[in-house]
Amino acid sequence: MSTASVPLPNWINYGLIPLINLCAAFIVSGFVVWMIGESPIEALTLLLQGALGRGEGIGFTLYYATSFIFTGLSVAVAIHAGLFNIGSEGQAYIGGLGAAIAALSLDHYVPWYVTMPFAVILSAIFGAAWAFLPALMQAKRGSHIVITTIMFNFIGASLMNYLLVRVLIVPGKMAPETRTFLEGGQLPKLDWLIAMFGSKLGAAPLNFSFLVALFMCLVVWLLIWRTKLGYEIRTLGFSPSAASYGGIPYVRTVIITMLISGGLAGMMALNPVMGASARLQLEFVGGAGFVGIAVSLMGRNHPLGIIFAAVLFGVLYQGGAELSFDMPAITREMILVIQGLVILFAGALEYMFRPAIVRVYQKFVTV
Amino acid sequence: MEYIDIFISILGSTIRLSIPLIFTALAGLFSERSGIFDIGLEGKMLAAAFASASVAYVTGSAWLGLGGGILVSILFSLIHGFASITNRGNQIVSGVALNFLAAGLTVVLGSAWFQQGGRTPSLPAGARFTEIVFPGADAARSMGYLGKFYANVISGQNILTYMAFAAVPLSWWVLYRTRFGLRLRAVGENPGAVDTAGISVTWLRYRALICAGFLCGFAGTYLSTAQSAAFIKDMSAGKGYIALAALIFAKWKPVPVMLACLLFGFLDAFANFMQGKTVFGIGEIPVQIFQALPYILTCVLLAGFIGVARPPKAGGVPYTKER
Repeated sequence: MSTASVPLPNWINYGLIPLINLCAAFIVSGFVVWMIGESPIEALTLLLQGALGRGEGIGFTLYYATSFIFTGLSVAVAIHAGLFNIGSEGQAYIGGLGAAIAALSLDHYVPWYVTMPFAVILSAIFGAAWAFLPALMQAKRGSHIVITTIMFNFIGASLMNYLLVRVLIVPGKMAPETRTFLEGGQLPKLDWLIAMFGSKLGAAPLNFSFLVALFMCLVVWLLIWRTKLGYEIRTLGFSPSAASYGGIPYVRTVIITMLISGGLAGMMALNPVMGASARLQLEFVGGAGFVGIAVSLMGRNHPLGIIFAAVLFGVLYQGGAELSFDMPAITREMILVIQGLVILFAGALEYMFRPAIVRVYQKFVTV
Repeated sequence: MEYIDIFISILGSTIRLSIPLIFTALAGLFSERSGIFDIGLEGKMLAAAFASASVAYVTGSAWLGLGGGILVSILFSLIHGFASITNRGNQIVSGVALNFLAAGLTVVLGSAWFQQGGRTPSLPAGARFTEIVFPGADAARSMGYLGKFYANVISGQNILTYMAFAAVPLSWWVLYRTRFGLRLRAVGENPGAVDTAGISVTWLRYRALICAGFLCGFAGTYLSTAQSAAFIKDMSAGKGYIALAALIFAKWKPVPVMLACLLFGFLDAFANFMQGKTVFGIGEIPVQIFQALPYILTCVLLAGFIGVARPPKAGGVPYTKER
């Protein structure tokens, strides 16, 4: 039996192997830091302090994590069906349109908790709509969903660019963005959450959508592991031929899965659009859709793992920003390097260390 | 009369905008024909652009810059190969990782080495590929449309441009007229058969990826040392994905790849030209429509409305020998 098919206990598969992959990514990142003449240890310390040292830092970390939970869930749901959704970025961008429409049309009349359900639904519908055509093309025509979702990212970017520059812009203003939402279109900040730990949120934009994100984790867990649809999705991802023999309709399952995936991506827009800036801005997604890929891979496509991975990336984003401030030699783009390495080691090289781990495991356990 | 002048000028910029696409799409052709999806084209092009600008600046030689760009781009290809061939990892995930790495490393290293916020310093004339003026181009300019065409489109391009157009028949020849090319195409369709014939699938795919890295090196070098005179953060700006779209649009064939790249380059040039101009009866056409058009066309093609785009059969699937 080759080492690839030896069964390992869950704590190794879901705990140790991701951890080793993560460490590999960090070691290579540390090497890059060392190459530009800075101390990796000092950089790591500054990064952690910046992200977790004060209440404001934690607030920013969780703010970033909120976006990454949504996009991570989006990627994960699709992966369970064997679909690689690279389009979360575009779906989140279009989702912003839904959130903005809800906020712009309701903020004059009702408080935020009335606006929010509409915003959640509209952003999810808009995000899902943007995933619909790629899903339909995959299901009906067999066009590769990776390629079509990439194409839709660019088409979405052009569309939003047009809408923001020409249609939604406030007349007489230069910046391509909508008007600022009134209080009825803003999600409240979670000061009390940080205050519970005896600290202050400060300027950090951590907001109510964090709780929505956690709730969606629960919903996704129930959906994937506790419903018939979830069973069908997982069967399709495990083996499309088994699914078809088992009478699971391919077209329907692919389309529904992608609609859910797109909807989750679309809801990510609540966080920056209604939580942080209270307006729809150009390129507000800022790569969170792609971070979702790393988060989903790191978290082994499980909601609980995704929360941990999202917080980890939140730490990287917030800590990285502080780090570039303290160590000018290291720029913000260091995050992209670490992110790339995490995707590489946790995703593409996920089984590189497995044979070695299996040998060690067999030596100590099975004898 | 004036229209012809405009047309020739658009044609000139079409060529300039198509060159990086042609190199990159040909790179993707080699990789994908061998059964390795290559989402990382964008990253390879960007990394090569940075490497060639850095080397060209330090050494003062454009040719050494090209060498540096090729070397780094091949290195990226090898990482992709290590992940997706040797470790049988997901090819798309690996490609996405490379794009992130390139986007990050170019700026981090660039800022650390040159202290210009991720840019490289401007390259002096000797460290760039500059325009080659063909004999009689100046005289031809005044000799009617054919002369203008000769002076503005045929002449006055840099050497990489001519190399790109030479790379098209060369790639065709390698893929369709050499034993290596035959095997490379076969491994993308049916790696099992190639393996049974006693040929190493692994080594064949690695060589295909090296070819891809080699060509992406030219694309990146064109961006930073020919089209502009420095590396600028994110200068590939999605061209790798456009090249991928062109590759699909051309149904994975060399000459159609060139034509698709020229079409997408033309759309880009035309969009630049149309910016702010009004069309009689329609009004101003949003530039975003032209920007989105290559992607929309590719989707329409993928949906099978303009013929069927059928990728190599074994594409995206890691090859496992029988255990």
